[in-house]
Amino acid sequence: MERIPILKMGDSLLVSIQVDMHDRLAMTLQEDLTNRIAETRARGVLIDISALEIVDSFIGRMLANIAGMASVLDASTVVVGMRPAVAITLVELGLSLPGVRTALNVEKGMELIGRNGNSRAH
Amino acid sequence: MAVVREDRRSVSSSEDVVAVRKLVREWSVTSGFSLVDQTKMVTAASELARNLVLYGGGGTVRLEALNDGAKRGLRLVFEDEGPGIEDIEQALRDGFTTGNGLGLGLGGARRLVNEFHIDSKRGAGTRVAITRWK
Repeated sequence: MERIPILKMGDSLLVSIQVDMHDRLAMTLQEDLTNRIAETRARGVLIDISALEIVDSFIGRMLANIAGMASVLDASTVVVGMRPAVAITLVELGLSLPGVRTALNVEKGMELIGRNGNSRAH
Repeated sequence: MAVVREDRRSVSSSEDVVAVRKLVREWSVTSGFSLVDQTKMVTAASELARNLVLYGGGGTVRLEALNDGAKRGLRLVFEDEGPGIEDIEQALRDGFTTGNGLGLGLGGARRLVNEFHIDSKRGAGTRVAITRWK
């Protein structure tokens, strides 16, 4: 079965979405990520969407669901690399992704996750 | 206004929705749309193609490249023979859904295009036409 790979780095999980996902593939990713967070006790999830040419309401909902489930499992989620045209369209569509934190690129996203991990440890 | 090119695809699965996105992207590029306008048209097409699958029991999308004097545009017509929509005003409202979605598909798609027409009758299917001009 077709799957999006999930990489583990330290106590974070990294996902880079490189294909135009059909809806079932997006649902599979959501389930896989939730399971991996629980299994690995990851503290952070970084999702790179720089290759995505659109984010419609279904993919937007998937991102919001992942962030919500990760948060319940005590992990923080950062979505990185959203293209400007995608951001403009998403807001006009009516989706502002509340609860999903974003960063411009992977490096800034990892910084954000690192900061959160530390602040929670104290 | 002249239709300079036309094509039609059937849509019955989530893989078909991805194929429609790809096709609409190609046609948007050919119509000379900017990157932002391409993205809006593809996103609107994705929402409406998904509605065909989720609520219409499958359907078809017709693509029409338009030429109106100096203006170029792209019209997409989504048709199904599903149960139809009882209250169109309600269906267009953000947050309203009879399925598991966010209720942004129809209203959101309308905001992403220049022209939006919907015809639906209970028991007689639904037809949504959207147009974007360059």
